[in-house]
Amino acid sequence: MPEQIATKENVTVAVVGGGTAGLALASELMRLKVGKVVVLEREAEAGGVPRHCGHYPFGLREYARLMKGPDYAKRNREAAAALGVDIRTGTTVTKLHPGGELGLSASAGTTTLSADRVVLCTGVRESSRAERFIGGDRPDGIVSTGALQSMVYLEGIRPFRQPIILGSELVSFSAIQTCQHLGIRPVAMIEEMDRLIARRPLGLYLLVKSMPLYTGITNPRIIGRERVEAMNFIDRTGQAKRIAADGVIVSGRFRPESALMRDGHLEVDPGTGGPVIDQFGRCSDPAYFAAGNLLRPAETSGFCRQEGIETARRVAHDLERGSTVDQGVVRIRTADPALRFVVPQRIDLSGATGGMTHLYLGLNGPVRGTMAATAGAETLWKGRLNTQPVRRTRIPLDGIVRAAPAQDVVVGRRA
Amino acid sequence: MESFDVAIIGAGVVGCAVARRLTLDGARVVIVEKALDVLDGASKGNSAILHTGFDAPPGSLEHKCIAAGYKEYHEIAGRLGLPILRSGALVLAWDLEQLANLPDLVDKAHRNGVADVRMLSVEEIQSREPYLAEGVCGGFEVPGESLIDPWTTAHAYVLQAILNGAELWRGTEVLDGRLTAGAWTLETGKGELRAKRVINCAGLYGDLIDQRLLGRADFSITPRKGQFVVFDKAASDLVSAILLPVPTKTTKGIVICRTIFGNVLVGPTAEDQPSRVDASTARETLMALHDRGKKILPALADCEVTATYAGLRPASQFQDYQITMHEEGTYVSVGAIRSTGLSAALGIASHVADLIGTRDFADDPIAEPLIPEPNRLSAYHARDWQVSGYSSIVCHCELVTDREIEAALSGPMPPATLDGLKRRTRVTMGRCQGFHCTAELARITAGRLRRPIVCGDA
Repeated sequence: MPEQIATKENVTVAVVGGGTAGLALASELMRLKVGKVVVLEREAEAGGVPRHCGHYPFGLREYARLMKGPDYAKRNREAAAALGVDIRTGTTVTKLHPGGELGLSASAGTTTLSADRVVLCTGVRESSRAERFIGGDRPDGIVSTGALQSMVYLEGIRPFRQPIILGSELVSFSAIQTCQHLGIRPVAMIEEMDRLIARRPLGLYLLVKSMPLYTGITNPRIIGRERVEAMNFIDRTGQAKRIAADGVIVSGRFRPESALMRDGHLEVDPGTGGPVIDQFGRCSDPAYFAAGNLLRPAETSGFCRQEGIETARRVAHDLERGSTVDQGVVRIRTADPALRFVVPQRIDLSGATGGMTHLYLGLNGPVRGTMAATAGAETLWKGRLNTQPVRRTRIPLDGIVRAAPAQDVVVGRRA
Repeated sequence: MESFDVAIIGAGVVGCAVARRLTLDGARVVIVEKALDVLDGASKGNSAILHTGFDAPPGSLEHKCIAAGYKEYHEIAGRLGLPILRSGALVLAWDLEQLANLPDLVDKAHRNGVADVRMLSVEEIQSREPYLAEGVCGGFEVPGESLIDPWTTAHAYVLQAILNGAELWRGTEVLDGRLTAGAWTLETGKGELRAKRVINCAGLYGDLIDQRLLGRADFSITPRKGQFVVFDKAASDLVSAILLPVPTKTTKGIVICRTIFGNVLVGPTAEDQPSRVDASTARETLMALHDRGKKILPALADCEVTATYAGLRPASQFQDYQITMHEEGTYVSVGAIRSTGLSAALGIASHVADLIGTRDFADDPIAEPLIPEPNRLSAYHARDWQVSGYSSIVCHCELVTDREIEAALSGPMPPATLDGLKRRTRVTMGRCQGFHCTAELARITAGRLRRPIVCGDA
């Protein structure tokens, strides 16, 4: 039978997830001396995704030197520990309860932890083959880049020799680098969008490596009974192609790791797949905040670290002055098919300062033209954008907040 | 040469149930399975519903076996630690033509002895299933339809057989056989064995085994593929009962229901095909299933998809099961167990036991059979992670502990493949599909799976 340990612990801030954002956030909270701060990390070691990115470049901005992922994660871990952050590894948060109460499971049993504020920093993962409706067989040898990196860099394991890479984002190129570490030779890169998603110079890299790139492909199918044998697809000219491979790397299309929220009471934004937040990072339950890539897929470690630090300051402020959400909020949303999401999705109209300075836009397709944020007939911001999906795209938020709109703010292209 | 009372060919859910029954009845049993692990054929992918038999053809053997199997499942589930989620089912009509069919279906259910089936008003349906799309015209409830764990169930059957003396030969194909002096000699990939009786539970290969051993087959298998889309656990708040359409002559139609693991499932399709191994999915079909799910439960639009898969049902040219004795009762062919095998398995086992009798068995029925330790994988019952003493949670999506994985790997029937480990523990079956834990699993299972996760020498 399940055991419930009777003691209930109270802390000032519980950070769920000890990745880049979580560690930076907890460290900053210690510097700000808010009280007792714990980081709840389900893995055996904190550090998050950089732990298994055994390549450059990390840490240039924050530590003024070029580092590989594992060294960066170690620095973040050590910095947090030096500031007195209580990092509890092997601790899984199993339930978020209203008001900041967390159900935990660890080797010692299940417990409950109560925090004045909880900050969710659970990060992202790549979307699976199922989420992309990739048809075909279900043999062994289909992995995400994340799983591949863990195998190669953490365990020294080679899951295949000649995989095909599905996806052409930055992380897909990271998959190539990871492969090279153990002499794995990817045979091709295929992409369902009609162009390379990563920035163009990386396309040249493929040329140099003489690795074929197929963009605009349709109906990818995985072939193989026990192990992957090939990948079938229709190329952009309508020709059926078959590429022999012994593995498939299903890369990119990051999704927030938001299962805890979906299983609980916090509002989830279907656009990002992460929590709905206001400009302070506050969730629909004001005891909860969120930061890092959980907010939106997906940013660099440097970006997440900075976001963690800024969110820590907002949390400290919130602890000091009390929550301000009861003074009214309005929604920010989008009605433009080119836009997939906006972050934050709400604004707190209390007049409190120190919130996010930018609205982060997620795109479904390229955007070229005038973009505007309006509330009813009033235009709160207008500007020209020329950008593409998976690129960092932001518009100023301060003016929109200062305008204190009385109704929902709608973001979209001007006709 | 080893000698047995009974040789069972095939370790799907039916073979496992028959092995359990005959072992407990006192037979010395061997189960011969050509795949590396049990449940590798038709039993690998199904909708995991324990049917009452309300819609089976009245008077059919299928109905008899489902009804008996349903009853026995409830009798033994507690003892074997098998979970049951009594969700009930709603058969829903979405147009007037379907509505007009409901009274006949309710009448059929009553004739099948499922007395608690009753019509519901549209208001009752909507209050029970508040997330249901608009437009339902009527329906009836089948309170006894339940959700179970399809793999742990069959594992429990075969493990109880093994624990009480049966042998399981995996990775062993039956190549040939002959009846001499009142007993069978089977030639297998691992040498010959003798058995007084042979029970063919080869599922998708049932007709081929009959041909191989008897020189003829009374039925031929036409595999019927069923594709499924599985939604993430958050979707389980959107639906309570098993939602069934009004069946047509050819298919029970697409079901939407929770799973005992806490997900929501939409499927299966019914696609006849010649191949006995091709369980591939097709993008357009998966997307159509996804659309179908959203049409019935619009809120599924915002739910993540966790998995997609296909299963193959051993359908034949006959509507009913084909369970027949041959060669003076020394051979039983258990064929054409089309889509209800999970529900009917225990009933089929009893039927086979009744057919062959116990007079040739080495021992008396076992009075107090040993009981295996079940995998506890139901999201609606206590899980291993809730008990202290594990050292880490390896699969975070499904909350699988290292202790559970170790128990599976060192248990009486260790998995031979990653798929087998999945069915025993649920590792990598969650929303991330192995993003987080595949590497650790590769390390933990190194040298312990017949088909390793890694490819060789790194």
